[in-house]
Amino acid sequence: MVINGIHIDDTFAEAFPMKATRAIITAQNLEWAYHSARAMTGFATSVIACGCEAGIERELSPEETPDGRPGVAVLIFAMGGKGLAKQLETRAGQCVLTSPTSALFAGIEGGKPIPLGKNLRFFGDGFQMSKKIGGKRYWRIPVMDGEFLAEETTGMVDAVGGGNFLILAESQPQALAACEAAVAAMKEIPNVIMPFPGGVVRSGSKVGSKYKALNASTNDAFCPTLKGVTKTQLSPEIESVMEIVIDGLTKEDIDRAMRAGIEAVCQLGAGAGIRRISAGNYGGKLGPFHFHLREIMT
Amino acid sequence: MSALTLTLKEEPRQRVDMSPLSAARELTPAEIAALRLWAGKRRWRVDELFTLEGEDTARLVLRGDCRKLDYIGRDARDLDITVEGNAGAYAGMGMRSGRLHVKGDVDLFAACELRGGLGQIDGNAGDFLGAALPGDKRGMRGGIVLVKGDAGDRCGDQLRRGIILVEGNAGAYCGSRLIAGTIAVMGQVGENPGYGLRRGTLLLWRQPAAVPPTYGDCGTHTLGFLPLWFAGLRHLDSRFADPANAFNRVRRYGGDLASVGRGEILVRAA
Repeated sequence: MVINGIHIDDTFAEAFPMKATRAIITAQNLEWAYHSARAMTGFATSVIACGCEAGIERELSPEETPDGRPGVAVLIFAMGGKGLAKQLETRAGQCVLTSPTSALFAGIEGGKPIPLGKNLRFFGDGFQMSKKIGGKRYWRIPVMDGEFLAEETTGMVDAVGGGNFLILAESQPQALAACEAAVAAMKEIPNVIMPFPGGVVRSGSKVGSKYKALNASTNDAFCPTLKGVTKTQLSPEIESVMEIVIDGLTKEDIDRAMRAGIEAVCQLGAGAGIRRISAGNYGGKLGPFHFHLREIMT
Repeated sequence: MSALTLTLKEEPRQRVDMSPLSAARELTPAEIAALRLWAGKRRWRVDELFTLEGEDTARLVLRGDCRKLDYIGRDARDLDITVEGNAGAYAGMGMRSGRLHVKGDVDLFAACELRGGLGQIDGNAGDFLGAALPGDKRGMRGGIVLVKGDAGDRCGDQLRRGIILVEGNAGAYCGSRLIAGTIAVMGQVGENPGYGLRRGTLLLWRQPAAVPPTYGDCGTHTLGFLPLWFAGLRHLDSRFADPANAFNRVRRYGGDLASVGRGEILVRAA
């Protein structure tokens, strides 16, 4: 398959089941909601070492938030429910509770409830108060700037992590420009995040390493500087490869995001130095979710 | 199906215990007609006191002068009861779910120990609205009570959970011994509001004549939960549902420091 001069590999991205939740952070203005959300979703690029994968899903207008203030929605993914609950609580406590004017609300109705403000309330040292509104419990925790308002729980749902595609280009600036276009298009798709910095990974990994202590190491088959010394998957003209990883609430959400991203790259065309779109998989052994690039793009 | 309408044939001489009618949802109109209600030392068949019309036993309408009908909707579940006039004492006592709508006034202990559902009183309520029965330690435990007129003394005494909304005035000792929950009063409150209040909120539109000396003035604040709280009332047929009556700027008095002291009186600030 060739779209606008770009070759789409006959391969698939391989993803695995995760647990996910959404939280809504509001603040006096969008700037402070972003400060809080960026802190909360920081150091959350990969479950390999971060404990979770998290990102800002989208901005919310005052009409869309529970308290009528501007806000942002964040999605957090982890390999299991316990780990997700721990990450959510730790990050909410350190990054949202601490952030001026912030409030924290559930972003997913239904699913299994996991604590949001339920345990943060103890920061109130007995001065905390609860209010039950419309069947939901909220905690009012006195803090130095006024009160921190947090909903007691949010919902945890089954989700999918590790959707991905690779952009193979003639130069590093061209690969990055294509990634930026893809991420911009994918940010318009709901229920997904691209957890790496700017949504882009330059250090895709393979399973295993020559060093016993490591579970993952550089994906040498896609490293352009190793073309002559390893079993490469790159042709001579490829000088840079970048990857976009996608976590989504459902397989269909990732399908939509991948399609939007690849379409944006293909619009740039081969003239922009983009040669191939590929994807990372482990032979189908790692995860039950397979995203075949050509099926997605037909 | 039309609601089952019970029209009083004449005003009873004695007070009538209406609690057996709370099981109406599980009964046929004929079975309801045969129910026996205590009035004084006698038991009357329902059809001796009322004329019955309609078939839908999940919706009851009471017509006539019902001032002597006590315990209307007691412990009811998923019943929709409308009283087209005044009701007696203990209206909605212990109600679990559903709706009780009294278009006139109610007597003492309305919605006492309510557990869920909505109690709407278009007129005035007597003393001990949403309170605990004498000797009991917990009043209302859930649900919403809306009074469009005035409430008597001891409104929400020992309220444990839920919301009491009073569009008019409330009497003395409003929110006394409050355990948790919220009482909101748009009009004036009588003396000693929040007496012995442990936790929970007394939300007032007007500054009381005197805040009890066992409350500490915490100053004026903008509280984020209030817009959310008001939004939760939008479904009501009430002035509380009107966004123009909502606010988030309040003067906070913490107390009652003679009790647990973790509650508050919030007074609307300019």
